Amino acid sequence: MINSLLWTPLIFGLAGLALPKRLAGWWAALGAAATLALAIALLAGFDSGAPGLQDSYDASWIPGLGVRYSLGIDGLNVFLVLLTAVVWLGGTAFAAFREQERPHLFFLMLLLGETATLGAFLAQDLLLFVLFFDLMLVPFYFLFGAWGSDREGGPTASAATLKMIVYTLIGSLLMLVGAIATAIIAADGGQVSFSIAELARQPLGEGSQRWIFWFFAAAFLVKMPAFLLHGWMPDAYRAAPLPVLAVFSGVLAKVGAYGFLRVVLPLFPDATIEFQEVVLVIALASILYGSVMAFTQTNLRLIGGYSSVAQLGFITAGIFALRADGADGAVLQMVNHGLVVAPLFIIVAILAERSGSEDLREMGGMAMRAPVLAALFLIVTLATLAMPGSANFVGEFYILNGLFQEKIVFAFVAISGVAMSAYYALRLYQRTMHNRRPEGVASREIGLGDGLVLVPLVLCIIGLALYPQLVLKRTDAAVSEAVASVQPEAPAKADGITFSTGYARGER
Amino acid sequence: MTFTAPEIDYAALSPVIALTVAVCVVLMSAVIRPPRRGAPGLTLIALATTAGLLIWNWNEPVTLVSGALRLDDLAIAISLIAIAAAAFAVLLSIREPAADQAGSGEYHALLLGSVLGMVLLAQAQNLVSFFVAIETLSIPLYILCATNMVREQSLESGLKYLIVGSLGSATLLYGMAFLYGGSGSTDFGRIAAGIDQAGLIGDPLVLIGIALVAVGLAFKTSIAPFHQWTPDVYEGAPTPITSFMAVATKAAAFAVFVRFFIVALGGEAGDWQPALAVLAAVSIVVGNVGALGQDSLKRLLGYSGIAQAGYILGGLVVTSEAGVSALVFYLAGYLFMNLAAFSVVVARERETPFGDDIRAVRGLGEERPLLAWPMTISMLALAGLPATVGFIGKLYLIEALVEGDYTWLAVFIAVGTMISLAYYLRVVAAIWMRPGEKAAPGAAPAIAGAAPEADPIDPDAGRRLYLVGPALLAAAGAVFFGIVPQPLVEFAQHAGASLF
Repeated sequence: MINSLLWTPLIFGLAGLALPKRLAGWWAALGAAATLALAIALLAGFDSGAPGLQDSYDASWIPGLGVRYSLGIDGLNVFLVLLTAVVWLGGTAFAAFREQERPHLFFLMLLLGETATLGAFLAQDLLLFVLFFDLMLVPFYFLFGAWGSDREGGPTASAATLKMIVYTLIGSLLMLVGAIATAIIAADGGQVSFSIAELARQPLGEGSQRWIFWFFAAAFLVKMPAFLLHGWMPDAYRAAPLPVLAVFSGVLAKVGAYGFLRVVLPLFPDATIEFQEVVLVIALASILYGSVMAFTQTNLRLIGGYSSVAQLGFITAGIFALRADGADGAVLQMVNHGLVVAPLFIIVAILAERSGSEDLREMGGMAMRAPVLAALFLIVTLATLAMPGSANFVGEFYILNGLFQEKIVFAFVAISGVAMSAYYALRLYQRTMHNRRPEGVASREIGLGDGLVLVPLVLCIIGLALYPQLVLKRTDAAVSEAVASVQPEAPAKADGITFSTGYARGER
Repeated sequence: MTFTAPEIDYAALSPVIALTVAVCVVLMSAVIRPPRRGAPGLTLIALATTAGLLIWNWNEPVTLVSGALRLDDLAIAISLIAIAAAAFAVLLSIREPAADQAGSGEYHALLLGSVLGMVLLAQAQNLVSFFVAIETLSIPLYILCATNMVREQSLESGLKYLIVGSLGSATLLYGMAFLYGGSGSTDFGRIAAGIDQAGLIGDPLVLIGIALVAVGLAFKTSIAPFHQWTPDVYEGAPTPITSFMAVATKAAAFAVFVRFFIVALGGEAGDWQPALAVLAAVSIVVGNVGALGQDSLKRLLGYSGIAQAGYILGGLVVTSEAGVSALVFYLAGYLFMNLAAFSVVVARERETPFGDDIRAVRGLGEERPLLAWPMTISMLALAGLPATVGFIGKLYLIEALVEGDYTWLAVFIAVGTMISLAYYLRVVAAIWMRPGEKAAPGAAPAIAGAAPEADPIDPDAGRRLYLVGPALLAAAGAVFFGIVPQPLVEFAQHAGASLF
């Protein structure tokens, strides 16, 4: 089951090479849909109370080097897998509705990206995780570079992409060294094993943890991207084709945050505590910087990109509150943000088609004859700014709740990010949909095809808003365990909450 | 007076005998039959036979010719890599102008002669056989580099290689003299014992000997700062020969590097390990930085080879079984990665007027997908991206380095790999992200690597099976062993275990 989930996209992608060009897109969408069906089936069989791995597959892969092909699903990754499947289906279908150059290769790369991302979420072997983490880059290198747009006066698509690859690989290659060092130091001359669960059982000495922690943190923070490591983001976001950007921004950034929960907290608990405040400072800087940049930019992609920086700052802060609450909120927020930012970029693509530009200053009034589009966009906007009632509100609430209990000063700074998100999200909405309509901007309702892509995504947002404990209930056990590995003495979640909403326990 | 003939282990000597016979037969075939017909086929048969004989001897280590040679799994593994590289070179040489100008028989006989040197070198267990083998390997290559006689660069390349190669050999020989002086023996095993018994461990003269031998071998393996010849010679030599040199020479030289330093100089490991580690680090930096601005694909691959040699040297630095296994694994992977790239370079060189300039591969993705994919896979593999043998090779090396307490060198490999992405991905970008360039018909192709008297263009070269086939085969190998590495890991572990 878990195996077929992982490989279905790639198999569809390869099989699609044999089909005629005009069918390639639909075939790929079918592959993404099949993956989604498998992911839903996996969720249906998920037992919400249990913390450990629920469905797993373990086989010997390179016994000579101690690497195993080991996959597993637990509360940490089950919703991220589902998110991947949902967002990828949306992005693939949206791309399939449009003509692509060299469609065979485009969709093969898109689906290879899905397999690699699912692999990173599912891997339970540290080296397999690193492998998939690096592999994610390859298809996106092609997608951004070959189908991206060169910017006038700026770097070409391939140059922008190269920058992205070099940035991300700086992190990932150090992570490879770190992963190998972890396993070898832990083996201490014995049989080398990369199993995350085994490595977590006896963490390394504090000295080794300290440097290996940063090797991993670098990889994850670049991927998100966090403040100071985000240099690749503006160019790459401007170059990327929009349907690809939707999946990239929706899912890939989460792999970094997920890596903290899956690898860093359990494997390097002492270093995590030691560097907690450093990472929190980076997270807060990301929130502030991302938010400020998001409301000064006029390029729609960059507004989306910088708002992601801010949102991922929130998620990181939630994880590094090192409280079950904060981490619960972080996982929920990862899913939320993925569900929000993917439709956002799809809407950006739709708006760009109607106005011929991606600049906020050249847009406006597009709601006039397009009430459905306006309504969908409004829901996405309100979810982005974490309107009470949305699942994002619940997520941010949990994150801040965790942060308040742990580091109250940081929490106060983080709150300002919530306020700023309202500003940039509403600014984005107003300047595009309201105001006077400039010459050359068409106000046109979305077509049936785009609607078919966008409406289900928005329905997911609404569904999660109505029932966030769908996620919380299933993730809580595993998340608490991940956090407990860092602070065994931390009080269990139920006694720790002073102003509980009862979401997680399903008492509402 | 009775005379007892020495016992000769013909079975274990059979690969060497087969190659020696083959050199003569191929050379004579040129006299008997009209050129171009028989030689490549005969060469391939000879290589296949030798490979078969080597595999037959697998897992049965024996010492030959009173200790001058040792046929163990390390020797066999390295010989197989060299033979595979030679077989690729033969295929790539079909219709190669250089092979025609030099005479097909002579060309192939020289190639086989060089392979013979490599097979001997991989087995060498004695200073004399070591030096004879390394010269047997080099001298045919000096000539082969210069076989494209109408191109000045080819002649220049041959001369340069001859001079630098001789310098390397001389340094090596000088170093050997010091070591012989210190130990009183030419046998690898007895050198170790001799130095130990004479109490000369750490003696300055012995250390000078070690340093000179290391420098001589660094010339052969193109380790910085003894690498300067590499880009020039690679660029000037006929491309099939470049591909052969890049893979096979490196493999054979590393084999003797490992054997000599571990068997004969293992007692001094504490002295030479840090020095070699520094050489490896310098190589990684020099190679990767040097490759950044290269427009000629052959020069680019030359510099990349310097960096890769630095990575591979890491396997020797740790002086452990895992290290040697990682080294053999990387060399085997390097065979696939590099030959895929060179096959494509050969095809494009004959097909376009751009020679080996990076412009030759622009727009390849649309024009010739069957060449574009091997080149792409090769570049990604050399860059060490996952799902290729390059990733597993780096993983193996890093694991060995961390285990041997050389984590800083592992970090160097990681840093070097980052730099290398900039030039490997530049080639990938040229293939997939740029439209192809059409040379104006009739215009003089005044470009690097293509002199006015350039070789004739064959517009169908990119479709010929003997060029596309090797490219696809090597690329398939690079991907296959990236996904199913275990067979190759076991092969490398066998080889690595034979020294410990």
